[in-house]
Amino acid sequence: MIDTGLHLIIAPVLIPFLTGALMLLYDDRQRRAKLAISLGSAAALLVVAIELMVRAKTFAFAGGSDTGYYLLGNWTAPFGIVLVADRLSAMMLVLTALLAIPALIYSAAGWHRQGQHFQSMFQFLLMGLNGAFLTGDLFNLFVFFEVLLAASYGLLLHGSGQLRIRAGLHYIAINLAASLLFLIGVSLIYGVTGTLNMAHLSRMVAGLAESERPLFHAGAVFMGLAFLVKAGIWPLSFWLPTTYMAGAAPVAAMFAIMTKVGIYVILRLTMLLFGPAAGASAGFGSDLLIAAGMATVAFGLLGVLASQGLGRMAAHLVLISSGTLLTVNGLVLAGGGEKLLAGGMFYLVSSVVATSALFLLLEPMSREEGGIAAMLALTADAYGLDDPEDDGAPEVGLAIPGTLTVLGLAFGGCLLALAGLPPLSGFIGKVAILSAALGSANLAPGLVWSLIALLLVAGLATLIGLIRIGIQTFWAAEGTVPKVLAVEIAPVVALLGMIGLMTIEAQDTLRYMESAASALHRPTIYSAGVFEAARSEGILPEPETTE
Amino acid sequence: MELVLSMAIGVLAASGIWLLLRPRTFQVIVGLALLSYAVNLFIFSMGRLTVGAPPLMPKGGFVNPTAYADPLPQSLVLTAIVISFATTALFLVVMIASRGVTGTDHVDGKERET
Repeated sequence: MIDTGLHLIIAPVLIPFLTGALMLLYDDRQRRAKLAISLGSAAALLVVAIELMVRAKTFAFAGGSDTGYYLLGNWTAPFGIVLVADRLSAMMLVLTALLAIPALIYSAAGWHRQGQHFQSMFQFLLMGLNGAFLTGDLFNLFVFFEVLLAASYGLLLHGSGQLRIRAGLHYIAINLAASLLFLIGVSLIYGVTGTLNMAHLSRMVAGLAESERPLFHAGAVFMGLAFLVKAGIWPLSFWLPTTYMAGAAPVAAMFAIMTKVGIYVILRLTMLLFGPAAGASAGFGSDLLIAAGMATVAFGLLGVLASQGLGRMAAHLVLISSGTLLTVNGLVLAGGGEKLLAGGMFYLVSSVVATSALFLLLEPMSREEGGIAAMLALTADAYGLDDPEDDGAPEVGLAIPGTLTVLGLAFGGCLLALAGLPPLSGFIGKVAILSAALGSANLAPGLVWSLIALLLVAGLATLIGLIRIGIQTFWAAEGTVPKVLAVEIAPVVALLGMIGLMTIEAQDTLRYMESAASALHRPTIYSAGVFEAARSEGILPEPETTE
Repeated sequence: MELVLSMAIGVLAASGIWLLLRPRTFQVIVGLALLSYAVNLFIFSMGRLTVGAPPLMPKGGFVNPTAYADPLPQSLVLTAIVISFATTALFLVVMIASRGVTGTDHVDGKERET
């Protein structure tokens, strides 16, 4: 280690990569060891992510900057690939790690024994997510997307079964096609500009020749389509509900952030490429983003009202949250201002944590009598495992007392956060978005009012849908009370605790997000930083005069 | 050469998209393969078409960059080929699993009632 601070930025990619690779060497029966390693990795990720966030907050990166740069291979931009950790990236890293730990703990209830290499694939998923949040290069982004998608294919199929295989088939086909669109977009942009570095692109957009601008826009649209598929934006979202329903509970809980990767990339790229400094391209695509986002919210709220089961409803709640964020993104691009974006980020974190908690609650709530042990024995049978009981039986662990009360309270917490009712953070996020939209001078009033109407109706639909399920499950329940283990309910409580903490510390959180939003509004600082990022001395001998 | 290449890309992409929309899993996977060929050729063409130009420049001294092919799209194509190869192989496994579990090669896992 020459300078620990310097290499900290690559740690969120390296830690899960090495952990995942290490665990491939373990036999699948050593589940406790693998679980411990996996949890250790996730905890390390959390520590690193928080450290990055603190540095971004306190301007502690090299040169007193709030943004850290890491030159891979020690090549200066735009020749090498650069990793960039700014406030938004750090926030997403923290969010990823915070979702990973509860999902892993939950999987200890027996999910991780339903198939092979669960822990390794989970780590590779984390690696892809972290890489996508950190990278500053378009093609590198493609590679990290493929890493996280490949891991998610495996995780979705985890546990096997007909529903999962069918959903997996559709999911893989859709994502392969979307990846091809991504490649077309990337290569078009490269053909026009000759660079794939986001910062370099951001500098070049304003000066593009008028004859080349349409091609550049076409490339951006192709790429955007790929991300919209991943974000589950209507009409590209029909794969999403079945896929999320089919996934095992801890997997679905982690998938809650996967749509937001698409949103994150769209936000990052539109702010860099089509921000106010982009000359003739400024604001490109904002109408489309607003329209698609609103259509998605409308589709999601209809889906919530029409859903019969909690699984499908939760998946449509993911759509509502994606659509809201995309609309906010479009409005910000159209000049909505920093406060609007900060509200959107707050909403993002709150809704991701709440949907993740809901996905974890889903299975205990709809569990038939007999508990998880019976179900696991069944799936293990179908999967062809000789002996599911090979390392003791942690699933006969501590069952919680007052099951229905605890489940009901946790469900109520999710409901409040998702529907945007006071006092939890969903309410604060929505208020921040709506008040910023109302206070913005650049937005057409009709647009603002339709946003307000849509968000409030979506909240109402969420409330109606979830309350209906709640009444069926908790008040009209018949038969035996399901047996729920403490390791299953603890992650949900932890996630809800995060929401509570965010609510109490809302002012500080929002302040952080406001500075993140204002940094996103100044892409020139970002690109200047990437170009000025100094090569580190003393790691390698200076290359001789090659170029 | 431009015409031949663009026609090749067009034919591959059109066949790929048509096959992708077919109801049999095997057609879908062949369609995806054809589409990825089209996309790889497309990436390649984005480095501008050159004949007989090496992508690597000699060390030292002045080199005329116009006498060399752009190496970046070539490396991008290489990466894209590797990734699409791996994901297609994975898709093939899921396809076979689906055939085994459902007993049909329809993409929805069941034949449409006629």
